[in-house]
Amino acid sequence: MTEAMPGVRGQGAAGHIETDVLVIGAGGAGLYAAIEAARSGARALVIDRSLIGRGGATVMAQMTVAAAIGTEQPDDWRDHWRDTLAAGRGLCDARLARLLCEDGVEVIREMDRWKVGWARHADGRIRQAFAPGHDRPRCVYVDFLSTGPAVSRTLRTQAQRQEGVQRMGEMLVTDLVVSDGAVQGVVALDLAHGVPVTIAAGATIIATGGLTRLYRRNSASANMAGDGYALALRAGAALIDMEFVQFFPIGHLAPRMVGMDPIMWDPFRYKLGGRLLNGVREEFVDRYGSTDSGKYVTTRDLATYAITKEVAAGRGSPAGGAWLSFEHVPEAVLRENFGPVIDRLAANGIDLTKTAIEVAPIAHYHMGGIRVDTSMSTGLPGLYAAGEAVGGANGANRLSGNAITEALAFGRVAGREAARFAKGGIAWDAAKAADGVALARAAGPARPGWNPAAGFARLQDIMSDLVGPFRTEAGLAEAASRLSALAAELGEVPPGPPLPHDLARADWFDLRAALLVAETVILSATERRESRGAHQREDYPGLDPAWETNQVLTLDGGALRLAQRAVVKEAA
Amino acid sequence: MSVALLDIRRGGPGEAPRRQRYEVPFEPGRSVLDGLRWIREHEDPSLAMRYACLNANACKECMMLLDGAVIYACTARLEEREMRLDPLPNKPLLRDLATSIAPPDERPPEPARPAPAP
Repeated sequence: MTEAMPGVRGQGAAGHIETDVLVIGAGGAGLYAAIEAARSGARALVIDRSLIGRGGATVMAQMTVAAAIGTEQPDDWRDHWRDTLAAGRGLCDARLARLLCEDGVEVIREMDRWKVGWARHADGRIRQAFAPGHDRPRCVYVDFLSTGPAVSRTLRTQAQRQEGVQRMGEMLVTDLVVSDGAVQGVVALDLAHGVPVTIAAGATIIATGGLTRLYRRNSASANMAGDGYALALRAGAALIDMEFVQFFPIGHLAPRMVGMDPIMWDPFRYKLGGRLLNGVREEFVDRYGSTDSGKYVTTRDLATYAITKEVAAGRGSPAGGAWLSFEHVPEAVLRENFGPVIDRLAANGIDLTKTAIEVAPIAHYHMGGIRVDTSMSTGLPGLYAAGEAVGGANGANRLSGNAITEALAFGRVAGREAARFAKGGIAWDAAKAADGVALARAAGPARPGWNPAAGFARLQDIMSDLVGPFRTEAGLAEAASRLSALAAELGEVPPGPPLPHDLARADWFDLRAALLVAETVILSATERRESRGAHQREDYPGLDPAWETNQVLTLDGGALRLAQRAVVKEAA
Repeated sequence: MSVALLDIRRGGPGEAPRRQRYEVPFEPGRSVLDGLRWIREHEDPSLAMRYACLNANACKECMMLLDGAVIYACTARLEEREMRLDPLPNKPLLRDLATSIAPPDERPPEPARPAPAP
């Protein structure tokens, strides 16, 4: 079996694999990176803790993908760039934002050649929808609410076709292997068998997405627990803008639905407008400095603020959010725009012509992440990042539609640059992997009564209650203290021998990563004594021009170190 | 309190299968996956099942048998009755309700086994 698989060879007890470029994460960024690395002549191995092309956030995308392809009306990437920088409230790394907007056009066109199925007009032009924060209709999509699955499927098919790409699911990376400051590969836990595996790579790309699973109500998959940030930080790379967690304002709240994505109401608003109402059925967003009468123009940070404030003032909907009403939209128009989705709603007992639904903010995306340059290099030789795992392109607030574009554009750059670096060859110092291997296979003492799944839920509660979109110094301090109690319970070693498909063991490693990442969010949020974009301080309301600066975190001898860095304003 | 009673096949390949029953709180609208996640959080974190996307039916990982019929655990509703859950019968069993469903060329390599004692 190993002979049939290029690059795979046995090595004692822990399996060992070698590849030119290793990509961690098989969402949009990871798959594009693997394809591009192979096109650049490298052997690429893309691994995922879940199945290939089905986990992560990409598959969950409902609709909008922003790119200035100009098929709806004339457009230019510079206009998209300007909107992106404005949405970022002064904190975008202008070079990364430019890359997103400029390269975004090419990757969206390549996806079209790969037959992703962007929705089209009768005359063949690709449709582009208007989304809040954009100056014109700019967002391509796949009907109906199928953008994410279509993008994932298309990239997985391309990865299958592309010579030089190997795919492997069920691999949870637990540590990067670092020798003399350079990243040589990883230690992973093969979840299917419950055994450690080492992977040596000429270059490694972290494409693990963001941290939305740190919050109880979130719109991404169970895989998005910030593990890539923790890997990068522990290896010596820097994180940036960690305080900026985007809450999606109109996540589904009630009634309970199954088989539907909680962010599904966004496309309804893009296409049909809809009315956002408080508990007493009044429009309210205009009280907070925007308008929302039938048109969908309010940016995410402002809408989240408005809904949360309305609930706090006692004017929330029964389940603690806002009403979203399409009762004025005729059934025929609903069907024309959403076809089978209307039937899926009916199966959940929801008839939009008769009832409004309840929505509330839900953790959706993380603007912060691993600090990279325009080649997606972390600065550590051999370590790259791509997609949501990268911080900086979107500043303090991400524009609707920029996430998939970012994933694809950054994935392509990372794949190309990692392939170039990997020409330098593969180095492997097995001794540097020994501790990681020992931990991955460690059988700590059984701990009856301690439940890592419950531990993770506790972390989610702490983050949701105290480190949500609205923060105070006292609340952040309380969160830090409760998390440090949880960290003390975690211990140094996962309990029990590893088992096949051992979710409890995965929870232990996830909790180890999430506790470190939560600490970076809290530290950055505490230090930023102002309110900007997705970071709102009740005790420091209002934007302070003196805070138009990025915060960068590193791990120094086990302690987090926070520094301020001037925002990169000019494109290089 | 109204409950759903989940009767779950436990164990890995080569082990004698055993069944374990859990009472989980029933609320209208909750899914079978909600029930399984409740068990892991409140009763037994060692329970193995597949899922990634939680609720959207996007990852298609949570296939299993409910009373002998293939379902997605994220779209099947909990009911106030005994519900019998088994792993997919036509896929290699990993453990409990988790089976190996990836295409063969996307699975981790089989680990080298220690040589059997002479």
